[in-house]
Amino acid sequence: MKILVPVKRVIDYNVKVRVKSDNSDVDLANVKMAMNPFCEIAVEQAVRLKEAGIASEVIVVSMGDKSCQEQIRTALALGADRGIQVETETAPDSLSAAKLLKALVQEEQPQLVIMGKQSIDTDNNQTGQMLAALLDYPQGTFVSEMSVENDKVQITREIDGGLQTLELDLPAIVTVDLRLNDPRYASLPNIMKAKRKPLAVKTPADLGVELNNKVTLVAVNPPAERQAGVKVASVSELVDKLKNEAKVL
Amino acid sequence: MTILVIAEHDNVALKSATLNTLAAAQQIGGDIELLVAGYNCQAVADAAAAIPAVTKVLLADNAAYEHELAENMSKLIVALVSGHSHILAPATTNGKNYLPRVAALLDVNQLSDVTAVESADTFQRPIYAGNAIATVKTDDVVKLLTIRGTAFDAVVAEGGSAAIEAVSEVCDNSNVRFVKEELAKSDRPELTTASVVVAGGRGMGNTENFDMLYGLADKMGAAVGASRAAVDAGFVPNDLQVGQTGKVVAPDLYIAVGISGAIQHLAGMKDSKVIVAINKDEEAPIFSVADYGLVADLFEALPELSAQI
Ligand SMILES: Cc1cc2nc3c(=O)[nH]c(=O)nc-3n(C[C@H](O)[C@H](O)[C@H](O)COP(=O)(O)OP(=O)(O)OC[C@H]3O[C@@H](n4cnc5c(N)ncnc54)[C@H](O)[C@@H]3O)c2cc1C
Ligand SMILES: Nc1ncnc2c1ncn2[C@@H]1O[C@H](COP(=O)(O)O)[C@@H](O)[C@H]1O
Repeated sequence: MKILVPVKRVIDYNVKVRVKSDNSDVDLANVKMAMNPFCEIAVEQAVRLKEAGIASEVIVVSMGDKSCQEQIRTALALGADRGIQVETETAPDSLSAAKLLKALVQEEQPQLVIMGKQSIDTDNNQTGQMLAALLDYPQGTFVSEMSVENDKVQITREIDGGLQTLELDLPAIVTVDLRLNDPRYASLPNIMKAKRKPLAVKTPADLGVELNNKVTLVAVNPPAERQAGVKVASVSELVDKLKNEAKVL
Repeated sequence: MTILVIAEHDNVALKSATLNTLAAAQQIGGDIELLVAGYNCQAVADAAAAIPAVTKVLLADNAAYEHELAENMSKLIVALVSGHSHILAPATTNGKNYLPRVAALLDVNQLSDVTAVESADTFQRPIYAGNAIATVKTDDVVKLLTIRGTAFDAVVAEGGSAAIEAVSEVCDNSNVRFVKEELAKSDRPELTTASVVVAGGRGMGNTENFDMLYGLADKMGAAVGASRAAVDAGFVPNDLQVGQTGKVVAPDLYIAVGISGAIQHLAGMKDSKVIVAINKDEEAPIFSVADYGLVADLFEALPELSAQI
């Protein structure tokens, strides 16, 4: 069975982003970029399913300008077999991303799409659910455990109240949470090998998708700054301040 | 303008996230219909009807909705969308699960985790783990929003008497099946609505040491939270995680113990009214958001704190 893994190029998770002085957007000039951490977990899971003999091929796809080929190469170095870049000026909004992915799913016919639960830039947490709806596939979101058997996948989801287990018929969409696995690092030989793995480039037009986003970004502002606090010297001073100054005890 | 709000509940009780979501709907303005979709959930519908902000309760009571599977919920909501300008759901794992499906079926985008209403089409939401606040305008025909509960004060829950209208639509996808649920049971207040939260991180060291935090929490009537590192290490269950990818809390008092203050953690708690940090590393980033910082070994400070409260 084939597995499709969409990976997004985002700001490195260690970087604290700054807002541009004209408040038009955040400033990404010279900022370190990386694969969305949740997508790394998705790639790892797909590669493990291949190593276990369950998957036959792992295809990674990224949508964005040419620079996202870097993240596709990273995924190839981690063990994916081939890559597809869908060339768009900027990373598409979630609905457009889902439409492009739907077209790719129809072309490639994977039994499983494994993707991140959330991009750490937009914090949208939507694309997987949207893709599942467009295909009328079942979905397992926020997944921390999964096992594939025959034509089904059993998944455990991290939900607000605890854990929920569902069984989905394949084909299905799975979005992964942090505790599903610990992604491996790419070895140097694998990084070299990845350079020779196939990487196709497609346009939205090739996929018959017209992008049209009705949401506009009006402004981006920094969050409210917190007033600088004080250090207290002892527990008694802390309790006193909480009682008499902050009045929260 | 009529707004459809989706209720958060467990078939027995209406969850308070519903009340925060209704507050956001009120700020948009217009009539508000509240959908209760579940199984054997008449009690939830009755509670919903008592909320003065609600014009009408729609009750879809069917086994197909017992576990609120996204596949079934989304089709039900799409069947009810006609005549509604906005659809709002709480930004809980539940709302985040089904609402994007509704959006895709309606061919519109969704605004996630909305924290402020500027007008009927313009909203604010945090991006980049809350390090920036985006103001976004949507021209979609139906506007779909998930609402961050901590950003809106709950509406009054009692005193109304809205009509309850039964919905007969049954959407039951056969390609997904509920297997089981392991829900955390706790007598402590709910993490996202508690007025005091004591949270522990990797510095707590192990599960047993967390008992100190539970003890303190019980003395203070507080909820217990945790960093991702504490959950990953297995000290506490996943439902305690606070942060960009966990729960967002904004209590009157947040006490962070043995938590370094990574941006992903701050994203979930930096809107708390008063923040206390106890950490032995005076350089820990958590101190940059703390109103009161105590540089100390938590194993000495925690017992002392418990004794003095
Ligand atoms: C995509 C992504 C999403 C994430 N989402 C979240 C999220 O939602 N929530 C979250 O919390 N994290 C999240 N993280 C993880 C985050 O980056 C940090 O790794 C995590 O918050 C660290 O947890 P911690 O502060 O407990 O551990 P550490 O960073 O290891 O800090 C432990 C602290 O304890 C202190 N300490 C140790 N011993 C003692 C002692 N005896 N007395 C006093 N202090 C002591 C140390 O000085 C240190 O500051 C995410 C990461 C990624 C990549
Ligand atoms: N531009 C993109 N390229 C590839 N995958 C994407 C892209 N945008 C979103 N995704 C996938 O969708 C997941 C959830 O993203 P989001 O809904 O934007 O939070 C990500 O973890 C990716 O797997």
